[in-house]
Amino acid sequence: MKTREEIFNILKQEFPEDVLELLNQPTEPIIVASPGAIHNICFYLRDTEGLQFDSLMVLSGVDDANGEKQTEEDGSVTINGGTLSVYYHLESLSLTQKVTLKVSTPRDNPEVESVESVWKSANWHEREAYDMFGIKFLHHPDLRRILMPYDWDAGYPLRKDYKNPEFYQGMKVPY
Amino acid sequence: MALKTEEMVLNMGPQHPSTHGVLRLEVELDGELVLDVKPHIGYLHRCFEKHAEAMNYNQIVPYTDRMDYLAAMYNSFGYALAVERLLGIQVPERVEYIRVIMGELQRIASHLVAVGTYGVDIGAFTPFLFGFRDRESILTLFEMTCGARMLYNYNWVGGVSHDLHPDFVPMTREFLKYFKGSLVEFNNLLSYNKIFIERTANVGVLPLDTAVNYGVTGPNLRASGLKWDLRKNDPYSVYDRFDFEIPVGSGEKGTTGDCWDRYYVRIREMEESVKIIEQALDQLPDGDVHSAIPKRIKPVVGSIYSRVENPKGELGYFIISDGTVNPYRMKVRGPSFVNLTVMGELCKGHLVADVIAILGSIDIVLGEVDR
Repeated sequence: MKTREEIFNILKQEFPEDVLELLNQPTEPIIVASPGAIHNICFYLRDTEGLQFDSLMVLSGVDDANGEKQTEEDGSVTINGGTLSVYYHLESLSLTQKVTLKVSTPRDNPEVESVESVWKSANWHEREAYDMFGIKFLHHPDLRRILMPYDWDAGYPLRKDYKNPEFYQGMKVPY
Repeated sequence: MALKTEEMVLNMGPQHPSTHGVLRLEVELDGELVLDVKPHIGYLHRCFEKHAEAMNYNQIVPYTDRMDYLAAMYNSFGYALAVERLLGIQVPERVEYIRVIMGELQRIASHLVAVGTYGVDIGAFTPFLFGFRDRESILTLFEMTCGARMLYNYNWVGGVSHDLHPDFVPMTREFLKYFKGSLVEFNNLLSYNKIFIERTANVGVLPLDTAVNYGVTGPNLRASGLKWDLRKNDPYSVYDRFDFEIPVGSGEKGTTGDCWDRYYVRIREMEESVKIIEQALDQLPDGDVHSAIPKRIKPVVGSIYSRVENPKGELGYFIISDGTVNPYRMKVRGPSFVNLTVMGELCKGHLVADVIAILGSIDIVLGEVDR
């Protein structure tokens, strides 16, 4: 069983440019990587002896809301710039070790490489992150909305500056 | 002259009786052979994660009950544990034991619904009534403790809402004694029924590597032959103090990881839960169940992913705190949500009637799939 620091050092050696830093927060240390290489890092984590991360526990999108905030007249907030993030919680069932990865991508054009080819469980989690945050997962085989209706055109609900639409397909939304 | 044939798409649901809720299955058929199954979900989407961002940590507990509404006790258990880990507080021993007892009773209740409705899917109605009769006794125990029969709001952060009723321990012991016999009856009625075995053995075989790659957890993963249970492999609460087995599928009636294995692992897990509750009742310490409840919950900045073994599999809460009284982000990893992804893989090459058998064996609750 390896600690997260050891895993970070191994990754840093293998991907010096794409593994950025280790966020050392007391609850769980997080390895930050670049969004364009995340699938390569994940393949490496899954297939390397001693790492063997064969399971993706959860993949979550997060709105960092660190851009420029504009308050409109009606009190609603619009955020420009900044980043959206994706967190990957991985586990190795055979070696009982865990690791957390994070990638950040610009809010204006959020694109992250899909890890669906590494773990099939990522398929629906990535669809959910796309549905809720609008993060585009490149090379995902079936990137559609999953929980919201397929024709929902009022944006991405879990973004911090989401505004409820007045009407959806002619039906009044606020009740 | 050759008969003209073509592939056809059949929609099962959103209100089909065998889909256990509002789920739509888009089934691609070649005659009676299934080529692919695409589940369409979201009909029960209630924006739990968005709601959670607008509430403080205590107010979220009742919402967690409403995700997997057949295992409400365990959902709030997992949530309370996650927030306690984030806060770094230790709850009294009595609370830990009460949570384990309630959680395992809930596991039995959830599995009873799972195997009972599975019987209905296959065409056996009587076991369903037997299952609901026994579940009723468990709901009575819950009602006696906290007043609710389905959605309890029982596991609070730092404690539980009510201490046990004085009659709870003797009544639970009586129930367990009765239930052991009831399980034998259930086995004779359904598990070893020849028609039931014909319908489920060698159907929907889930190989272990596929299960792991798809993130399948809980009884479905164990049926494929892996001894993996968070109560043993990543122990939380006081589970390390009890002596119990992890049942795994062995292909007793067909192939390892088939529908019958997934069904039978649940039956055997109920036996193990009975063992855990008996030991917990023996060891139950005294104490105040409210002493560790914090007046105000305000975690430090940080994030945590905490998980428990819910009756359906790994239930995880990913919470990001920004140092205020509301969570900044709350993501739920529902076991039903992830287990449902493997549906298409399992159904390929089977007959239409087997789709029902396979869906029932995965045991999903749509309230949790859609959240």
